Amino acid sequence: MNLNEFLHMGGYAFYVWTSYGIALLVLVVNIILPARQRTKILANIARKARRARSES
Amino acid sequence: MIFSNFFHKMASPKHFYRIAGRLIPWLAGACLLLVLAGLYYGLLVAPPDYQQGDSYRIMFIHVPAAWMSLFIYVVMAGAGAIGLIWRIKLAEVITISSAPVGASFTFLALVTGSIWGKPMWGTWWVWDARLTSELILLFLYLGVIALHSAIEDRRMAARAVAILALVGVINIPIIHYSVEWWNTLHQGPTVTKFDKPSIHLSMLIPLLLMAVAFKLYYVFVVLMRARCEVLERERNTVWVRELAEEK
Repeated sequence: MNLNEFLHMGGYAFYVWTSYGIALLVLVVNIILPARQRTKILANIARKARRARSES
Repeated sequence: MIFSNFFHKMASPKHFYRIAGRLIPWLAGACLLLVLAGLYYGLLVAPPDYQQGDSYRIMFIHVPAAWMSLFIYVVMAGAGAIGLIWRIKLAEVITISSAPVGASFTFLALVTGSIWGKPMWGTWWVWDARLTSELILLFLYLGVIALHSAIEDRRMAARAVAILALVGVINIPIIHYSVEWWNTLHQGPTVTKFDKPSIHLSMLIPLLLMAVAFKLYYVFVVLMRARCEVLERERNTVWVRELAEEK
């Protein structure tokens, strides 16, 4: 089987690749969001702790 | 003794945070390997279906995603019950952390099903029992997320969310048996039936690989979310502050 044939998916290329593309997108976003959120939370807590110290 | 000690430690937020942090890369790595194997067998090795051609390859995402949408809901509601009865904080954390992942898989099951349905059924959507009850599942997940974000106090929110999740459990057997109880356009079960699965091994292998990969995916993503939730809940403790300032 050559690459063109593979990408063509027997005429169902649009349906198959849209499905796999959306799945990839959703699954990757679900990893990025909590990873970014964790750094944000930690930075937030550190900033508040520094501010509390400089005020006291 | 060692066993109960392990659970005692896991129930402490600090240890949970640390152990989860160590587990995540391994689970993610194993998940990635299984996904790659599943894609290889699903897209390259498995032959085209004699009726559906290559369009059936969407099933390697659709079916595991639909399984996960039910599985995660049961875990979410189960953890919700444990949180309500025994007031275990970690169970509350798992409940709320599961909702976005469950919603994502439900969304994927609906969307991929719809995309497959267009060439195979000739329509993107029908209001048959299976599709409708799965759509209600998505709304239940979204309801859980919305309810949680609407209540300021995190423990109060967890309790409210657990009750909503438990009430929604009624939908799970409805989804599962919908194809038997009603005359649906959606087909009946192929794999999860008591006699031999009516699917060829070359198609069953990628399906099961993807199913296990999605399970692992849920575990490590829910752990990632649970770590965030633990940090938020413990933000005034010494260990979280020390952790934050290390960075």
